[in-house]
Amino acid sequence: MTHNNYIYIAVMALVSYAIRILPLTLIRKPIKNRFIQSFLYYVPYVTLAVMTFPAIVNATQSPVAGAMALVVGIAAAWFGASLFQVSVACCAVVFVLEFFL
Amino acid sequence: MDSEAKILTPELVNVKKPVWAFSKKTFCEGMRDGVPIALGYFAVSFSLGIAARRAGFTPFQGFLVSLLNNASAGEYAAFAIIMANATYLEVAVITLIANARYLLMSCALAQRFAPGTPFWHRLVIGYDVTDELFGITIARPGSLNPYYTYGAIVLAAPAWATGTALGIIAGNLLPLRAVSALSVALYGMFLAIIIPPARKSKVVAALVAISFALSFVCNYLPGISALSEGTRTIVLTVAISSAAAVLFPVNQDEQEAEHDA
Repeated sequence: MTHNNYIYIAVMALVSYAIRILPLTLIRKPIKNRFIQSFLYYVPYVTLAVMTFPAIVNATQSPVAGAMALVVGIAAAWFGASLFQVSVACCAVVFVLEFFL
Repeated sequence: MDSEAKILTPELVNVKKPVWAFSKKTFCEGMRDGVPIALGYFAVSFSLGIAARRAGFTPFQGFLVSLLNNASAGEYAAFAIIMANATYLEVAVITLIANARYLLMSCALAQRFAPGTPFWHRLVIGYDVTDELFGITIARPGSLNPYYTYGAIVLAAPAWATGTALGIIAGNLLPLRAVSALSVALYGMFLAIIIPPARKSKVVAALVAISFALSFVCNYLPGISALSEGTRTIVLTVAISSAAAVLFPVNQDEQEAEHDA
C-alpha cells in the first residue's frame, strides 16, 4: 500500500500539537501520580539514547567515524558545549576522519 | 465587543500592566535568547532534511513537517519508519513516543501561567514547546510572559523549517562525504540534550548507558532485530522508562530544582 505524504504530515502534526496542547489546556493541576511523573521524566533521556546508538554509527559512510562522533559528542556535551557546538563538533569529526578512512 | 473595550480602557490605563501583557522589551529579550537556538536549529534541521529526503519528502513537504511539528526526535523517528512504508497508525505512535517529553514540559509550563492570562496564549505557546524553548522559558523567574517565548519562536521556528527544506535540496547536491558528516548533526543535538543531565544525575547517566547497550543488542539480536526500528524504539523506551520509574521514582521538587538550574 502506498501512503500519501500529506496525510503523514497531518498525522504527525496533529499528534505533536495534541501532546503539547492537552497539558497546557486540560491538565492545569500538577500530575500527582509518582509513577507517571517519574516515567515522563525518564522518557526523553531513554528515547533519545535509544535513537542515538547504534544509529549514529550506521549513519556515516565509515562506522569508525560515526563511533568517534559519538565519543566526541558525549565529551563536548559533558564539558558544557552548547547544542550548536556539539552538533558542529560531531559533523567536523566525521568530515575530517572520512578523509583518512 | 468594541464599545465594551472602549468603556474599559480608561480604567485599564491606570492599572499596572499584567505580567502577560505585551512588552517590547520582553519580546526583544526573547529574540536575543532565540538567536543561538535558531542557529543550532538551522544546522540540525539540515541533517533532518537529509533523512526527510530519504523518506521521499519534497523540500516543500519537509518545510511543512518542520513548521508544523517543531520536533527533532519525533520528526526523525517518523521519517525513519516512513522510509519503510509505515502505516499512519505507526507514524502516530512513534510521534507520540518520541515527543512524549513535551507532554511533561507542557505540564510544567502550564503551572507557570499567571492567573488571568488569556486562554489563547496557551494555544500559541503549545505550538513550539521544544527542549530549548522550554528551557529558556522555564528558566525565567516568576510567572510566564508569553511574549518572551514568542520572541524566540519567531526566529527558531522559521530556522528549523527552512533548514529542513534546504537539507532536502542540498542532500541532492552535496557530495556523499559532506552528507555523511552532516547526518550526525541531529545525533549531536540529542547528545547535547541527554548528556548534561546525565552528568548531574547518576540515575540518568546509568539509564543512558543501559539504553545505548540495549538498543545495540536489539539492533543485532535475531528475532528482535526483525522488528522495525520504530517499534524497537517504542518498546525499549516504555520498558526502560517504566523500570526506572519503579526503581528510582523522582519527586516533583527535585525536578523543578533541575529545571530552574
